[in-house]
Amino acid sequence: MKRLLTFLALFGALSFAVTPATAQIKPADKPAATAPAAAAAAPGATATPAPAPTPNKGDVAWMLTSTALVLMMSIPGLALFYGGMVRAKNMLSVLMQVFVTFSLIVVLWCVYGYSLAFTEGNAYFGGLDRLFLGGTFDAVKGDFAMAATFSKATPIPELVFVAFQATFAAITCCLILGAFAERVKFSAVLIFMVLWFTFSYTSIAHMVWFWMGPDAYTTAKVVDEMNGKAGLLWQWGALDFAGGTVVHINAGIAGLVGAYLVGKRVGFGKEAMTPHNLPMTMIGAALLWMGWFGFNAGSALEANNSAALAFMNTFLATACAVLAWTFGEWLFKGKPSMLGAASGAVAGLVAITPAAGNVGIPGAFVIGTAAGLVCLWAVNQLKRWLGADDSLDVFGVHAVGGILGALLTGVFNAPALGGPGFYNNWFEMKPGFGSILDQVWIQAQAIGVTIVVSGVVALIAFKIADLIVGLRVTEEEEREGLDVNSHGETAYHT
Amino acid sequence: MKLITAIIKPFKLDEVREALSAIGATGVTVTEVKGFGRQKGHTELYRGAEYVVDFLPKIKIEVAIKSEMLEQAIEAIEKAANTGKIGDGKVFVFDLEQVIRIRTGETGADAL
Repeated sequence: MKRLLTFLALFGALSFAVTPATAQIKPADKPAATAPAAAAAAPGATATPAPAPTPNKGDVAWMLTSTALVLMMSIPGLALFYGGMVRAKNMLSVLMQVFVTFSLIVVLWCVYGYSLAFTEGNAYFGGLDRLFLGGTFDAVKGDFAMAATFSKATPIPELVFVAFQATFAAITCCLILGAFAERVKFSAVLIFMVLWFTFSYTSIAHMVWFWMGPDAYTTAKVVDEMNGKAGLLWQWGALDFAGGTVVHINAGIAGLVGAYLVGKRVGFGKEAMTPHNLPMTMIGAALLWMGWFGFNAGSALEANNSAALAFMNTFLATACAVLAWTFGEWLFKGKPSMLGAASGAVAGLVAITPAAGNVGIPGAFVIGTAAGLVCLWAVNQLKRWLGADDSLDVFGVHAVGGILGALLTGVFNAPALGGPGFYNNWFEMKPGFGSILDQVWIQAQAIGVTIVVSGVVALIAFKIADLIVGLRVTEEEEREGLDVNSHGETAYHT
Repeated sequence: MKLITAIIKPFKLDEVREALSAIGATGVTVTEVKGFGRQKGHTELYRGAEYVVDFLPKIKIEVAIKSEMLEQAIEAIEKAANTGKIGDGKVFVFDLEQVIRIRTGETGADAL
């Protein structure tokens, strides 16, 4: 009976989107109304369309590559990183949760997620213009809708943008899994993911990243009007290059709420819960680092200077964080550990994410080093204060690293500190920067909004999952391991 | 006949096996085991979590020999497994009532 309810809950979420969507499946007849494709989506709309700019093949190739790199970060990267840290009896449960959550979110992204996040709506959510990706490709005319980048008249096919952003949505949801690994019920994970993705991820992504694109700023007069159509935090001027708020703080807070609500593992603090395979964790961390070049440099949406800056910052900050965590651990805990080095890499990657193309090289040095030390403190001292069994330190690494990175982005964006500044007027396209204090305050407000939205949505989503199927497996099943009880298989045979 | 059970450090296995072969022991059974004795365990630290590992990996060897070889065998094991540091292990000696070779049905010292 409970199993049936789980399926009903899952497919309920899907089918509510199916009904209104049938009208959208035919090629959209008003693509120009839909940003960020507004720029070049005009073909066929009028009798004499202006010649649409064609995508640059280098940009398209880079974005396709980046998309595949972010997939690699998640599976196998994140799955192995997390999998190595749990006990052998729960290995497959972690791999399965990551694998299936990733797939679930990619499907939901194409059904309604992309539309809610990246089409014009209000300041909090997008619209429903792109349900089932309707309007991205006209099969009759052979026309592909275009998505804007950060340069005028430089579009990429919207489908590339959809795919790139799909991987972001999916990996964000997968990150949360580490917080309640080793005791959560698989069906509860899926119900939670559907709800949290729908109401927290798409909303924060829209608030931070949705705007009308540079081509919409055709005259000085429309600047205010176009700004007003963007997401709330974009309008406030929050800087988030590749997802400090959208991905890491969002996931980290949901993870912490989950760790509290699902409860501690049986034997937590009394029994040894040692990682069962740190070489896999190292491989996972290395795949994350490599894939993160697609994540951060890909977020430039073009193969250009901004991508180059993001690429180098991702490289440097991560290396700094590895050293900082390693030497910090050596100094304060006695020995430099492999798990510490791998954790430091992820902490550095997380912290440089909002900053990647938004700071200069000095920013990368400071943000990376700070991330290694602050996250080391977070998984030791802060974790004890919080009292939650966040199994794989999703909060300590992703929320704390994300908050640190988001705040420091406001500091090191300043041209005086080697940062590139940002465009505050997309008609003139002139780099500007107010004051560090103002920008940090804007960053802090964006962080606050993310914490509240993610926290509240996660709380409700976990409560609903608890009511429908219950959040955790029985104590006996937990002791025996999730692999054999939830999935009917074992990872290792001796 | 005697049965010797010895607990030794894992990296000493090859030397002990060679020493036993040299004195004419015809067979040895080896098991990977864990245990604790006077040698203390160690502490492992994973991010914030500290775990004390009490049981250390050791090798257990079992060898059956004729009674007259006992002193020689004990000396061989002692010499080969000794590092002089705590945790070198122990040798236990038992009387062995009967031995049967399954293939031929031989019994007693002939079956060794």
